[in-house]
Parts: sequence; structure tokens; C-alpha cells
Amino acid sequence: MSCCVDPDSVIALAKDNNASRDELLLASRPLGDGLLQVDLSVPAAHCGACITTIESALKRLPVVEQARVNLTSRRVSCVWRETVDGKPSDPTVILDALTGCGYRGHLFTAAAEEDDKARTRLLQAVGLSGFAATNIMLLSVSVWSGADAATRDLFHWISAAIAAPTLIYAGRFFYASAWNALKRGRTNMDVPIALAITLSYAVSLWETIHHGEHAWFDATVTLLFFLLIGRTLDHVMRNRARSAITGLARLVPRGATVLNDDGQRRYMPVEEIAVGDRIALTAGERVPVDATVISGASDVDMSIVTGESRPVAVSVGSELKSGAMNLTGSLTVRAVATARDSLLSEIIGLMEAAEGGRARYRRIADRAASYYSPVVHLLALITFLGWGIFGGDWKQAMLISVAVLIITCPCALGLAVPVVQVVAAGELFRRGIMVKDGSAMERLAEIDAVAFDKTGTLTLGRPRLVDSSGEAGDRAIAAGMAAHSRHPLSMALAGQFDALPAALDGVREIPGAGLETIRPDGIWRLGNPRFALTGAAAETDEARSAVVLSLDGRERARFLFEDMLRPGAEGAVAALQQRGFSAYMLSGDGRAVVADTARRLGIDGWFAALTPKGKVEVCEDLAVKGHRVLMVGDGINDAPALAAAYVSMAPASAADVGRQAADLVFLHESLDAVPDAIDMSRKAGRLIRENFALAIGYNVIAVPIAIAGYATPLIAAVAMSTSSLIVVANALRLGRMARRRPAADRQPRTAILSEAMGTAP
Amino acid sequence: MNLLIYFIPIALLMGGAGLAAFLWSLRSGQYDDLEGASWRVLDDDD
Repeated sequence: MSCCVDPDSVIALAKDNNASRDELLLASRPLGDGLLQVDLSVPAAHCGACITTIESALKRLPVVEQARVNLTSRRVSCVWRETVDGKPSDPTVILDALTGCGYRGHLFTAAAEEDDKARTRLLQAVGLSGFAATNIMLLSVSVWSGADAATRDLFHWISAAIAAPTLIYAGRFFYASAWNALKRGRTNMDVPIALAITLSYAVSLWETIHHGEHAWFDATVTLLFFLLIGRTLDHVMRNRARSAITGLARLVPRGATVLNDDGQRRYMPVEEIAVGDRIALTAGERVPVDATVISGASDVDMSIVTGESRPVAVSVGSELKSGAMNLTGSLTVRAVATARDSLLSEIIGLMEAAEGGRARYRRIADRAASYYSPVVHLLALITFLGWGIFGGDWKQAMLISVAVLIITCPCALGLAVPVVQVVAAGELFRRGIMVKDGSAMERLAEIDAVAFDKTGTLTLGRPRLVDSSGEAGDRAIAAGMAAHSRHPLSMALAGQFDALPAALDGVREIPGAGLETIRPDGIWRLGNPRFALTGAAAETDEARSAVVLSLDGRERARFLFEDMLRPGAEGAVAALQQRGFSAYMLSGDGRAVVADTARRLGIDGWFAALTPKGKVEVCEDLAVKGHRVLMVGDGINDAPALAAAYVSMAPASAADVGRQAADLVFLHESLDAVPDAIDMSRKAGRLIRENFALAIGYNVIAVPIAIAGYATPLIAAVAMSTSSLIVVANALRLGRMARRRPAADRQPRTAILSEAMGTAP
Repeated sequence: MNLLIYFIPIALLMGGAGLAAFLWSLRSGQYDDLEGASWRVLDDDD
């Protein structure tokens, strides 16, 4: 057992593993020779001890050929044999072994490969431009320190020869992006960059051919080098968050057990399930496609679909939506829609319609560039005309205007934003908050209202015992009965009860009603009042769920439950309101429950019984009133609102589609992540503005020098590097600013380190 | 001046060797898991 996992969570995990052999087989890809590779996401792995624990546990299994942990992407890639000793092997032991050492393993579809290639291409370009920059800089230094005539020409020619392929290979990112922007009649950051590197190279080559004194090859490639670093950082940040997010638990099942007409069971991928297929659902499985029940009865947890916190009783004829969880009984259902036409696709349609504020948002850097590049280009043109008309020497006018372009090229601007955002995202990542891209962080800094979903976001969707009556002996019987059921209320009763549960057998579960056992003293029932009590009225207190224990229809004990608040929910809401944000609650749950939760949290603006469309409308309403809304939600029904809001956040436990829609995902259970992320994004916003001010300040000093015609390549090189270094150094302050506060957060890491050192002989 | 004919190619070759080494390390996956590598260095039982 490693330091990183507490034993309680292992016990909690133990019953949660329900991936089958077929499912693993579906997720593996063949390597030939009877070997298969499966990539599992292990979000909890975070240190050296985790690597050792996981790898040694997996390698001990006979079915596993090789296992390797990647700590950066929190994944285990595991090569396993299809047959062991001639018999087909069972790969589920891999997941069991992971669970056994305290890590939850998730399957996921590998879509991240494309991103990885882009990263490699960027890194190769950085390497090449770095090589070119250093070598040309060495040659340039020789020129500046006095090489002349033939030597200088030789050096210039060598520089030109190095710079040309670099320009094509490393500059293609900027050319492509600038061309795309121009095609659509817009400008972005890359237009002035592309122009500056091209012009500076052309002019330098012309100078070299005519044995000129000043060549700008070093400026061209240094510029490329710095800008590519900025771009690579931006990419790596997005990539890391994305791969961590796709690695989280998926809620829509990958496959389902289909019953053929001849009674055979076959495990099929969700995509292949056709309308009319009969599907067997055992307790604990999720509904793969929209379906109706044809036999059996059960309770179904719809919270991720509708936001309803209480399980719904279903029987023959009930309709089920994909994503709902079957809790208590086995069901046979008939598919009424394919995976493509199920609820999910409806939601995705709503999401596409809702993408509003986000699509219109332009990145800070691009907005800056839209002011910046016209000014710069105008300045260069005026310089050219001014020197041409008043100086009379058009060749010199050309050289000076190119110098203006190079000096003003947004080198520091290109670094000003990504460096800050990468540092901020790294800090948030350390606290379990993943930011999908830089634009999300920019938008987060601008919000003034926060809208929360209820079930699964403000509350955990898990009931908590708040009140009970009855004698200790009766309560022990209730706990003993509850231990036989998977219903959330039963599990809460069995888990949270203080008395020692009585050992009972012959407990029968009646789905949609409760539990029943026959003992010598009579019939004991535990369940909703209508089931347990003879002639009971409907529930009175709607905000709380009541469970009654009865003997022969007479009440012996009563238990009241409410939905458990997410840890830190009260503090987070209070902290947000204190900072001047207005808080709202948008829920699909019933009025009484929503009102009760709102009262507990001190939220005034709440909306109950909202459909997914209703949530979008509330978000749009707020936007029309001039608010910029952060939506925090987790369910499938929240996904359209997550897409419609100005910026959105989801817990890691959210539905796949919700996580994909959200801009930020937080891993830890506590809702403190919300104010934390807002604080960090605001700090980052302040540093970005500081960096812009620094970059503009540099231009205010450097541009007059260039216009006056005093900017030599040497001055340009010094000025550009200095401004870039200042901007980067300023961005790194963010890490220190953030680290000063949570000292507790950093402690475990040193402890782990010393333990790892201690175990080494 | 004559020495330059030797030195410049040598300098470029050395730089090129560095670049080639970087590209090779990139391609062989040494940058895939920087965080894990920093822990594996402490681990000496495999």
C-alpha cells in the first residue's frame, strides 16, 4: 500500500468495478502474436511510489506481459496475452489488481494520438529554430565584433543558408495561421509575425547579395524561436488537460448484453445495438440506449439525466433514458432508439445551437493584435515614405522601415499570454483543476455571476441520514435489512447508522417500494411509508425522503434523509457572494427539494424543474441582462447550459458529455475549486495586462530609435531578447504568488520524496 | 581567415549533432512522461 491511497477508498472502490472481459477486449488493440494492448486511465497516480506499486502489481499477473505507467498523462499502458496456457485469459484481473492496490482504472477511447503528433511537430520546430538561432547568433556576434569584407559576406551567406530552411520548416505554423486569418478577412497575431520574418529575410538576403553591412538573419530566427516556445507551451497545456479529462470515468457504457431470439446472450458495442433489440440490464449497470422495460422491476437513478435526486421506480412499460443507472433489480428492456438517436444526440443538438458567447469570444492576444498590427504597419509605411520623401534615398528608407517592423514584431506579446496561462494552468492542475485552453481562463476572469446545477454539483446526489426515531433494537433491525440492498437510501442507512446491525436473512427486495423480511414476530418492512404502513397518507415533507420501519404495518422507526451537500459547497457559495458574484441555482429537481437546498446554501436566485432547454434559456436570459455567467454542472441535462454559458466548469464525476462541454474540470470533491479557479484566472489576467504594459513600454522606447534609423541588428537582438526575458520572468511570479498560500498542499510531496529516498538502499 | 574553413564546418557539425540528438530523443519518446521520469530515477529495483 502506498502513501497516496487511504484504505477507506480501497474498500469503497471494491464494489465499483464492473467492466467485463468483453468490454476490455473491445477497448484493446491487437499487437500481433496474441498480444493485446489496453490503455487505462489512472487519475489517482501521482508520484514515484504510485508507479512502483502499480507496475509491480500488474507485472505479477500471469496475463500481463508488460505494464508501464505514464505519470504525465496518468495512464497505464498494459500489454496482455489473449491466452494463458492455451486457455482464453481474463483481463479483468488487471482492473481488479489496480483496485486491489487502491487505484481506480478507467477505460477510454484513444483519441489523443493526433494531439501527440502535433506536439512532436512543434517540438521539432522548436529544436530546429533553436539550433538555427544559436548558430546564426554566433556568426552575427563575429560580424558585430568587427569581421569585415569577405569574412562578413561569408558569415552572412552561411546565416542565409541556415535561416532559409528554418523559415520554411519552423515558420510554416505562422504562415498557415496568418493565411487562414487573411482568407477570412481578419487579422490575428500571426499576420505581423509572418510579414516581419518574411520581409526581414528578404531584405537581409538582398543586403548580403550586395555586400551590405547589416543583415537581420539572427533577428528572424530568434523571433521564430521565441514565438514557437510560446506556441508549444500553449499546446502542451491544452493537451495535458484534454488527455486527463478523456481519461476520467465514462458513464455511457461501451457495450451491453443483448439477448438473441434463441435466448443466447451476446455482448455488443453500443453503436451496434438496433431498435427492437432486447437488452439485459443487471443491477448496477447503466442504460445504454433509450429503451422501454419489457420485464422486471427496479429503481433507476436518473440524476445524471434529469437532475432528479431521488431514484425512480420503474416497471413493465416504463421508459428509460440512456445514461440512467439501474439500481436494485434486473430488467429486460427493448431498445427504442439507436445510440445515435438516443437522448444524448438530442442534447448534443441543443449544445450546438447554444454555443453562443464562446464562439464569439476572441482571444486577448488576437484582440490586442487587431489594434496593434494596423498601428505597426502604418508606422512602418509612414517611416518608409518619410525617409523616402525627405531623405531621398529609397533604399535606406526601405531598410529603416523593415527595422521598424522587426523591432515592433510582437515577440514579447507572443510570449506575454501563453507563459502566464501555462503557469496558471500548472498551478490549477496541481490543485486538481484542469483548464482546457487559454481562452477559458481569459473568459473565467471576466465573469460576474455563477450558476450552479443542484444534483451532483452542489449536492453529491448521495442521501445523508439527518433524523431518526425509534428504539435502538429496531434501528439495528433496519440497518440489518438495509445492508441487503443497493438502493441509495438503504446504503446510506446501513453505512451511516451507529448501532450494530442485526444479522438477518431472507430479506426480499420489492423494487420501487422497499425491503421485507418475515421473522417469528411478524412481517418487517423497511421502505417508503406507503409500502410499510397500512393506510398511510402521501409524504408530507417533500424536501426530505422518509424511510419507515414497520412490524405488521405498524410504525416502529422512521428515518429522514436529505441530499448530502458537496464538501465546501457552503463555503464556496459564501466566498463567491462575498466577492460580489451573484449565485444562481438551476435544477431539474422538484421545487420543494430545490428550495430547501437553496435555503441551506443561502442562494436567493433559484429555478426548479427546468428542462435542459430551460437551463439554456435561463443562461441566455442572464446574458441578455448583461451578466457573464459561469455555469457549474455535471449532468447530461446540464450539457447544453454548459455550452451556452460564457464559461463552464464540471466536476470529474460528471457525465462524459458534460465534461466535454465544460471548459474546466475539477477532480477533487470539494467545491472550493470554483472560487480557487476564479481567483487564479483573475491573477493571471492581471499578469497578462502587466505583460502587455511591459511589452508596449518596450515599444515606446524602441520604436523611436528604429524610426530615427539607429536600430542596427545588434540593438534589435538585445532589445528583443531583453523584453522577452522580462515578460517571462514576470509571468513566473504567478507561481510564487500562488504557492505562498497553500503550504499544506505541498507538504505530502516532500514526505513522499523522503519515503522514496528512504526505501532506496 | 584560413582557419575559418575548418572551424565553421566543425562548429556547424557539432551544433547539428546536438540537434540530431534532440530529434532522436524526441522521437524515441523520452519527452512523453517527464513527470514519471523524475520519479523513476529514484527507483532502482528494476
